[in-house]
Amino acid sequence: MPVVTYRDALNQALQEEMQRDDRVFLMGEEVGVYQGAYKVSKGLLQEFGEMRVVDTPITELGFAGVGVGAAMVGLRPIIEFMTWNFALLAMDQVVNSAAKMLYMSGGQFNIPIVFRGPNGAALQLSAQHSQAWESWLAHIPGLKVVAPGTPYDAKGLLKSAVRDDNPVIVLEGEMLYNTKGEVPAEEYLIPIGKAALKREGEHCSIITHGKMILVALQAADQLTKEGIRVDVLDLLSLRPMDVEAITASVRKTNRAVVLEEGWEIGGIGAQVVDYIQRECFDDLDAPIVRVHQVDVPMPYAKNLERAAKPDVPKTIAAVKKVMYLDQ
Amino acid sequence: MAKKKSESSVSTVPSPASSRAAGVAPSHTDLLRQMLLIRRFEERCAEAYALGKIGGFCHLYIGQEAVGVGAISALRADDYVISSYRDHGQALARGIPPRTIMAELFGRVDGCSKGKGGSMHLFDRNINFLGGHGIVGGHIPLATGVGFAIKYRGGDQVCLCFFGEAAVNNGAFHEALNMAALWKLPVIYLIENNRYGMGTALERASAINDIAERACSYDMPNEVVDGQDVLAVRDAVLRATQRARGEHTPTLLEVRTYRFMGHSMSDAASGTYRTKEELEEYMKRDPIIVLRTTMEKNGEWSDTAMTALDEELKAVAQDAWDFADASAEPAVEALTEDVYVW
Ligand SMILES: Cc1ncc(C[n+]2csc(CCOP(=O)(O)OP(=O)(O)O)c2C)c(N)n1
Ligand SMILES: [Mg+2]
Repeated sequence: MPVVTYRDALNQALQEEMQRDDRVFLMGEEVGVYQGAYKVSKGLLQEFGEMRVVDTPITELGFAGVGVGAAMVGLRPIIEFMTWNFALLAMDQVVNSAAKMLYMSGGQFNIPIVFRGPNGAALQLSAQHSQAWESWLAHIPGLKVVAPGTPYDAKGLLKSAVRDDNPVIVLEGEMLYNTKGEVPAEEYLIPIGKAALKREGEHCSIITHGKMILVALQAADQLTKEGIRVDVLDLLSLRPMDVEAITASVRKTNRAVVLEEGWEIGGIGAQVVDYIQRECFDDLDAPIVRVHQVDVPMPYAKNLERAAKPDVPKTIAAVKKVMYLDQ
Repeated sequence: MAKKKSESSVSTVPSPASSRAAGVAPSHTDLLRQMLLIRRFEERCAEAYALGKIGGFCHLYIGQEAVGVGAISALRADDYVISSYRDHGQALARGIPPRTIMAELFGRVDGCSKGKGGSMHLFDRNINFLGGHGIVGGHIPLATGVGFAIKYRGGDQVCLCFFGEAAVNNGAFHEALNMAALWKLPVIYLIENNRYGMGTALERASAINDIAERACSYDMPNEVVDGQDVLAVRDAVLRATQRARGEHTPTLLEVRTYRFMGHSMSDAASGTYRTKEELEEYMKRDPIIVLRTTMEKNGEWSDTAMTALDEELKAVAQDAWDFADASAEPAVEALTEDVYVW
């Protein structure tokens, strides 16, 4: 199977979907002439021209709204945010226009749009540029939210997102763009709403999504050396969330660690824990432990940033805690 | 690399123009010193970035020095300055010590934001430097708010707000200027028109190319200014401060300049969106050379004096580096401090 970067996997998905359906267009800052701030849209302007690969001014609120308007009357926009930090300016359009339109029009206007871009922290970008927004977005009825952590998942989920007739949020990762993985040469889709078991074990479940899947897998590798075998469940979709996959894993292992990049309060992990306590209360052998960013804005200094972020040692410590091996 | 100098042999704070008593015009040599300090300081920033001592996003000011220096030289010490992520030059011109700026860039405890903000978020409350802000356009309404507070308290200060030409396409710009004009607030909105927002040329992002004309929508006084001429910038900002202090009238200045480096340290100086030839053409109007030409005409230039000044400023930059290098990382306890005041 060909090995490609996460960046190229997304690029393939964009290219294939734009070839397949001429109602699909890409709009955002630096997507055209500059070939994408992170080069995800490389070559697309050359192939599809200026009507379909559209460079915008720095007007997130404006072009998100342009996308929703175009979607109301039959186009299928892909709106790229340079990062989700800047998408905060567009939240009114994402939440009040895209997510609500179908409902408040009594089913008349669906919005087939994709909002995508890197989410979460990179390295030393400090407070305004290092934020993971999935719990905000997953909170909103009317949106679907996916967070692929590997090239394979990125391509399959982005293609499904483009074909979906609802607004879909695709959360990528700046630190993921250069990572590599196997991606089939032939076409495939990954269904929105299904989780994937990325590692099988019996002692504990690590439930996570997005870029944290890499952290979870590294933690799992290290734990294996100590004879601890864990399930690593990649949620992939945060709305809708695959509750069946969560319960199946926890019923098997009886212990869970929930790992995410964002903050604790109202986080994705809080929702996962709620599903577990509802569905698996009698199966649990220990309280669930959550791993997440320390409850502070992201600091710039290297050592403080390291201390703030969830990582492999913190995840391993959490697994040991739920296994009562931390004494 | 020069050796670390003892404290006494180096002036670590080269007299910022705006911290002097109001009314005393800075000499051409003072203005040159300010611009050259920024240039030498930032050359070391680029070096430190390559060595991994500075991380994250780092946007250099090289080429635009006359804008920050000329504009801030027209202010009083009790005025306010607020800027974007491209803030090293203005922070130096306003008088944040080079040492604490470099320590901030190195992510150290002695940094002007205690190592928590980094390059994009330089702050110094003591000299009314209200920060470097990372979201394009986000700080423009803050400047309007500062103007509101000045008027509210019956003061005669001004707020000087720097931002790039690409920010004028953002809604925050329009909302902020409309309120300032409506309520007559003492704010100077200074557009640093360096012709590009990242890789997008002005003409590809704005429906009108003379951006000063945007002020017409708000019936706001406006001027187009040569941003490579520090004296022209200073004069234009002085005129704007007079309007602001007297009648609380805001001003929009379009200051035309050019950045000589890439958008940030991760962007090449030329290639995808502008040619090497274009860059070289603009570099002929280096703000330091423009002032030098004036000084030569006036008989104010001496090669030996200038060589000495340059050596002095290189030593200041070296001292800042050494200071930053010797400064400790923030204590881990600092992680949870400053989220709230208690
Ligand atoms: C709201 C928002 N969108 C996008 C970005 C990413 N970004 C950072 S700087 C920049 C270009 C800004 O250009 P300009 O305003 O002309 O200032 P310059 O960098 O030229 O000084 C962009 C797109 C951002 N920081 N904030
Ligand atoms: Mg610009």
